[in-house]
Amino acid sequence: MPNLNTERSRERLTGWFLIAPALLLLLLVFAYPIGRAFWLSLFTKNLGTNLQPVFAGAGNYSRMMGDGRFWQSIWNTTFFTAIAVSIEMILGMGVALVLNQTFRGRGLARTIAILPWALPTALIGLTWTWIFNDQYGVLNDMLLRLPILEWLEQLRSGTLSLPRFLRWFPILLRWIFPNSIPVPPFNWLGDPTLAMFATIAADIWKTTSFVAILLLAGLQSIPEDLYEAHAIDGATPFQSFRQITLPLLMPQILIAVLFRFAQSFGVFDLIKVMTEGGPAGATEMVSIYIYATVMRYLDFGYGAALVVVTFLVLIVAVAIATFLLSKLRTHISGAQ
Amino acid sequence: MTTDSPSTPAQSSGSLKGLLLAGSVFLVILFSLAPVLWQLLTSLKVNEDISQVPNIYIPLRYTLQHYAELLSRRPFASYLFNSSLVAITSTLLCLGIGSPAAYALARLRLPGEQIILAAVLIVTLFPYILLFLGLLEIVQVLHLANNYLALIIPYTAINLPLTILVMRSFFQQLPRDLEDAAKVDGYNTVQMLWQIVLPTTLPALVTTGILAFIFAWNEFIFALTFITRESMKTIPVAAAQIGGSSVFEIPYGPIAAATVLGTIPLVLLVLFFQRKIIQGLTAGAVKG
Repeated sequence: MPNLNTERSRERLTGWFLIAPALLLLLLVFAYPIGRAFWLSLFTKNLGTNLQPVFAGAGNYSRMMGDGRFWQSIWNTTFFTAIAVSIEMILGMGVALVLNQTFRGRGLARTIAILPWALPTALIGLTWTWIFNDQYGVLNDMLLRLPILEWLEQLRSGTLSLPRFLRWFPILLRWIFPNSIPVPPFNWLGDPTLAMFATIAADIWKTTSFVAILLLAGLQSIPEDLYEAHAIDGATPFQSFRQITLPLLMPQILIAVLFRFAQSFGVFDLIKVMTEGGPAGATEMVSIYIYATVMRYLDFGYGAALVVVTFLVLIVAVAIATFLLSKLRTHISGAQ
Repeated sequence: MTTDSPSTPAQSSGSLKGLLLAGSVFLVILFSLAPVLWQLLTSLKVNEDISQVPNIYIPLRYTLQHYAELLSRRPFASYLFNSSLVAITSTLLCLGIGSPAAYALARLRLPGEQIILAAVLIVTLFPYILLFLGLLEIVQVLHLANNYLALIIPYTAINLPLTILVMRSFFQQLPRDLEDAAKVDGYNTVQMLWQIVLPTTLPALVTTGILAFIFAWNEFIFALTFITRESMKTIPVAAAQIGGSSVFEIPYGPIAAATVLGTIPLVLLVLFFQRKIIQGLTAGAVKG
């Protein structure tokens, strides 16, 4: 008769044996670099100190407070993330709703729709750089076929007649370009404002499919008879969407926003390939600034402090999302 | 489905709905394919057609010269080899290390299990820029620069959280009787894992493996930082660094061809394993 206690402890030992290699690797590649960044951020270690660490206390952090380039990169990243993630969520929801319908060739449509997610971001950056090329780019080519100059002239003289659902567009244009609205051919990656929107567009193309995949899984778990009962009660499809789909999809929506926020806040590949943060720092994200600080200026201490701040922003976001998720869970289980 | 209702008004609204659906499906497909197809078309155009304004949408001449140039004038075959080697090795390592850990977290009662799981979940959110500084120091101290290990080790690690989450949710769905029977037959845990559980987990391993391969193949920042020797670069980095002999002479054709070559393996994976990719992604992100 085996002793229950030794059996439990043997199970435990086997468990640790099975889990140890993974834990060690995770500690090495995730925990160590983050911990090291916290430690190194307290030191000055750059060309001025011959790359030797010299204790600096909070020196790097107080330098950060007065570093205009850092604040600019924070603002750029926040703007990029806010616009990109909002549009990705809306488009991703649209794509998920379409792919959730029954139609012939749905499998193939789903396959094609997840393609952007699967492709290497750096190569997608090259693809969009070519599309946005000011001389030979296909986007300018298509825009030049439209009477844009004429429209801008009419806009200036106030004679442009737009359909009702597009009335907001000129207002948005004037707000984005307070001084002068650019005319074609557009210098997409050479104009500070346009470059920001060009990189956002590329990011939206790349990651909308990820959002769609997550939301599609959620949509499939909502039972069909809920909609049928709702329709018998006289609800329109739009009402069903607001009263059934959105609330039941909330967990997936939150998870998608959290994932996208984190990835977008650390966006690197796309920017590095498309603009390298330019023109004139207009698309310099925190990640690009960190990379330049370490790799170009060899300023390891300050780079570490930048890593720490970015890490803390992410942790706060995770905390908020986890809190909202747990509230949702109790809400849903309370309703059942 | 309500679209089959026989009355006339419903029928007309049904065909309108069908038209709307067809239109939306077309838009989704156009949105997803157009940029890639444009790059493919560019890679097959002759140089004069590439720099033609207005653009040529239906070229009359096609060429493979840009592909030939990649393979003859640049070590593009090595780039493909490097990417494959690093991605495949790290994927196998990741499955080998991650699955036992996932099993332990699913089945055995371990102290601190919840903390480990929470940490694994949070870690999936870290952008790699947070890790590259610390890893760069390790690479320098251990003299791993321009060594495949400098990529294989981080790639194995960044795919571990996903592997653990997906495999754990798979193990939880596996009937316990199988393992109980094996225990009665006198297998110890490791033997049972190897001889009984592993064969049944093959589908889940394939799912996870595909995702891990995609992430490893696509990784950019570590490959950019830790590998500087030309012949050891991976495809994304090599393609991003293709330059002309002068600033004014950007080789758009070869860049487009490099993009196509670097994406073909992934397009094939998606074509054959669409269902598995979706399953894996949602299991990794939503459950767990």
